[in-house]
Amino acid sequence: MLAYALRRLLLALPLLLGITFVSFIVIHLAPGDPVEMAGGDVPMTQNPQVGKWREELGLDKPLHVQYLNWVSRLVRFDFGRSFAPHGRPVLTMIAERLPITLLLNIVEMLIIVTMAVPVGALSATRQYSAFDKVTTIFVFIGFATPDFWLALLLMILFGVQLGWLPISGLRSMNWEYLSFWQQQGDFLAHLTLPIVVATFGGLAGFSRYMRQSMLEVIRQDYIQSARAKGLAERVVIGKHALRNALLPIVTILGLSLPTLIGGSVIVESIFAIPGMGQLMVQAAFERDYPVLMGNLVIVSTLTLLANLAADVAYGLVDPRIRVGRRRR
Amino acid sequence: MLLALAAGCNGEAGGPPGEGKPSGAITPAYGDTRIEASIGNVSSLIPNVTSDAASHEVGDFMYNGLVTLGRDLEVTGDLAKSWTFSKDCLTLDFKLEQGVRWHDGQPFTADDVVFTWETTMNAKTPSPYKSDFLDVDRVEARGPHEVRISYKRPYAKALLSWAVPMLPRHLLERWVRDGKLREAPQNWTAPIGTGPYRFKEMKSGEKVVVVANPDYFKGRPPISRIVYRIIPSQATIFLELKAKGVDVAALTALQYKRQTEYPAFEKAYNKYRYAGAGYTYFGFNLKDKRFADRRVRRAFAHAINKQELLDGVVLGLGRRATGPFRPGTWADNPEVKGVPYDPKRAQALLAEAGWRERNADGLLVKDGVPFTFELLTNQGNDERKKIAEIIQASLREVGVGVDIRVLEWAALLKEHIKKRNFDSIVLGWGTGADPDQYVVWHSSQSGPDDLNHISYANPEVDALLEAGRSSCVQAERVRYYHRLHQVLADDQPLVFLYWRDALPVVSSRIYGIQPGPAGIKWNFNDWFVPKYLQRYTAG
Repeated sequence: MLAYALRRLLLALPLLLGITFVSFIVIHLAPGDPVEMAGGDVPMTQNPQVGKWREELGLDKPLHVQYLNWVSRLVRFDFGRSFAPHGRPVLTMIAERLPITLLLNIVEMLIIVTMAVPVGALSATRQYSAFDKVTTIFVFIGFATPDFWLALLLMILFGVQLGWLPISGLRSMNWEYLSFWQQQGDFLAHLTLPIVVATFGGLAGFSRYMRQSMLEVIRQDYIQSARAKGLAERVVIGKHALRNALLPIVTILGLSLPTLIGGSVIVESIFAIPGMGQLMVQAAFERDYPVLMGNLVIVSTLTLLANLAADVAYGLVDPRIRVGRRRR
Repeated sequence: MLLALAAGCNGEAGGPPGEGKPSGAITPAYGDTRIEASIGNVSSLIPNVTSDAASHEVGDFMYNGLVTLGRDLEVTGDLAKSWTFSKDCLTLDFKLEQGVRWHDGQPFTADDVVFTWETTMNAKTPSPYKSDFLDVDRVEARGPHEVRISYKRPYAKALLSWAVPMLPRHLLERWVRDGKLREAPQNWTAPIGTGPYRFKEMKSGEKVVVVANPDYFKGRPPISRIVYRIIPSQATIFLELKAKGVDVAALTALQYKRQTEYPAFEKAYNKYRYAGAGYTYFGFNLKDKRFADRRVRRAFAHAINKQELLDGVVLGLGRRATGPFRPGTWADNPEVKGVPYDPKRAQALLAEAGWRERNADGLLVKDGVPFTFELLTNQGNDERKKIAEIIQASLREVGVGVDIRVLEWAALLKEHIKKRNFDSIVLGWGTGADPDQYVVWHSSQSGPDDLNHISYANPEVDALLEAGRSSCVQAERVRYYHRLHQVLADDQPLVFLYWRDALPVVSSRIYGIQPGPAGIKWNFNDWFVPKYLQRYTAG
């Protein structure tokens, strides 16, 4: 098992390199470069020093040289500095944005899982019941609702009309003057709407997966035999069916690990939360290559690791998969 | 100092008289926080290396230039007490204010002025403002409070170019010397200026907080704290305004006209409206024979109903443009009349230019070729898209076919504008406080990286531009620019459409705002909130 994991890990390295190479090319294919984009409507190109500045950023070199330079810095864990006027280290920029995005997405994921599993399981065991139909309708509404629209409606209702919750940002303007516990409460209040909006859409998808997976499991023979043994329905569903139905959900969870740090552009922009999503969108608009590539390396590494972890976890959970591989 | 402040402000505490407010109580007071909202991110706290609006707005809180712009866009002293030009416009002497200190307590001297110039011109400083100083020969400190600038040739923008924020030599010199200004702490975590507010805190992508500078050389500003929030969504800013979470923000035309006209909003905010600094135009590639004919361009100008366009696109919140000078400024020639809406005249002009016959589609034809062309504009600007559609419909009426293409900004710039690979464009120009527009209209400026995108070449215009930028006497320059305005209006190298109005709102608890041609922000450090209206505890 360990050898298998190690081999997969080694194979992931060239894959990662390939991903960065393709991305590097694609990112540079987009028209415009950081120097041009900096000027906005009045391009900086009228400036006689622009050539020097391109040189300074290394943009005058051929693309493959730029890539090799970037890779050689990367292997020393140097992600470079942003091309924006502040020129801050990419890792610092990511480090200050990551915590809030992680917090938001982990909380969101936890809420989704704790709600989706029972809801999905219930609607599967009571297929076509009133409960199933209501959740189905709810789920489709959730699927069909655009994030930004729901966000605006909630902001109008709870922020403007009722005034119960803050509209945007992470902290109130008088935050420094609050007591410790008031500060925590204030922070939570600011997170409420973004989490509700982000959860709403995700809940829909996950509960559907869960329902589907559960439906498949309860039609299996071993469930039938469990019932035939005279086990209580609670045990049949809770112990035999649910566990097996959770397997595919674990896979999907594993694969959504990278989205945990990717951040949601829409939710972050509309609620003015300075997270990873916003950072990336801005970097893309400004053609801030080091920031884009830095983030890409982190996300693709995580994706590869998540894939690997999911495969390994499969083997651990389900011995048949491991045996099957050995035979091949 | 409090006394001085009260005396300074009492007479002009001219906030609009709010309804139901006791007028006697409107006296300046220290305290409160002002919250501003910006869509754009701050890209550096040394504004000298940035070109985005947010960085400059934040920079204005913390830095001073030698000169600044007053209410009527006139140049007034900031760190400079006075200045004199030599007769030949080649020497500019500044006398600096005395007793000014940087936020860290060090004195501000003429040496810092020299340093700011050196920094700007340093090859490793990524400053977009170098072109303002290309004609500077020498900058010398002639004593601690006197600076002499020598120019190689007369440069009209000379005075105004010294509105550039002054930078502290004692903190930044070693960074500039190593070509590493971007890595200096002043760039992000510890900016030091001479301005009315001191840096307090920066949360990147979230907000910048500054607090009143008690030792400010013009007196401590009344409002104790400013929070500059980054809110990337215009819709969110608007909801924050409704919930009174933001004190100063800019509205869109639709919000100004249709969504804020209810009593609660009008009580909580004062809306302002003044001519903005940018105009939108419909421009042609003048290398194309069809557009090189002035009659065709004038015909197009006659065919477009600008007032209707203004009403349709920005709900009438703008001014019809007759030329490239901001309405109401000294360079603007009020006698120039725009080209009136007159489709009949348009058709007559097109016929004169040889476009007489019509084909089966109703399009004008010359030498067997129908008059159709492509119009490009950039994505993400709804106004320009609407304008393109209105132009398309208007020109169709006189028998000209227009195909609209909307492209991403960078692609438009690189593939079409720079390569001069376009028929026509709908874009905008921003104008600075000085009317010099050499880079936009002069025939020498039509290279691929230059800004004369339309390849305009008119000897009279060239001569006027050269004369206008090489004089430092405003009375002389007025003549050149008024004439230039007339020539451009007659020639219509592009169809000047409209100046969009700036539409800011400010919380009605804030007093001391005096809107003028320069907008409302020019005296922001005199704004105050009367004690009984203060909302936030701050310092």
